[in-house]
Amino acid sequence: MKLGYDILTIVLLIAGSFFALTAAVGILKLPDFYTRAHPAGKSDTLAQTLIMAGLLVQTFHSDIFGFHASIKLALIVLILFITAPSATHAIIKAANVHGLKHWRKEEHDND
Amino acid sequence: MSFTSGVVFLTACTIMVGIGLILIRAILGPTAYDRILAANAMGTKTVIFVALLGFMVGRPDFLDIALLYALINFVVTIAILKFTEFGRLG
Repeated sequence: MKLGYDILTIVLLIAGSFFALTAAVGILKLPDFYTRAHPAGKSDTLAQTLIMAGLLVQTFHSDIFGFHASIKLALIVLILFITAPSATHAIIKAANVHGLKHWRKEEHDND
Repeated sequence: MSFTSGVVFLTACTIMVGIGLILIRAILGPTAYDRILAANAMGTKTVIFVALLGFMVGRPDFLDIALLYALINFVVTIAILKFTEFGRLG
């Protein structure tokens, strides 16, 4: 039973770190503010959910991390799941209201 | 040190690499909105890192810090946005 929990944790953590790394590369490499908001809003949220789920599985058979730790991890997932996309949406809306121009491929063909 | 804690350590290293890449974007960022977006993403990654750190050193108290950081991160993002839009917080 303990081995099954460990394997589940390892799979979830590796998937989460993959999505975290791709989100970071996307924020660095994408060409425009609006395109950069995609990895920041979606991929990042998925990464934190997967990593926290992996840690949550680990609390089920741990001596140090009891029931309280499971509740706190679930609360962190819930709060980040609501606030991270809302904050990204607020930033994009502020930029759009301010009049930031959208990226067009034709204008940047010579770059 | 078991194999699982090694994977937890590896995940924390990946998160730190991601924070470094986002920091480059925060320094380069052409507009202020790029920098705010990068700061928000860094805050989210910091919450994950603090939780992983609590598991690495075996202290459940770190989860409380991660919970607080998640709440403060959202408020700070909205406050900085309001400050850049209106030039004041009142």
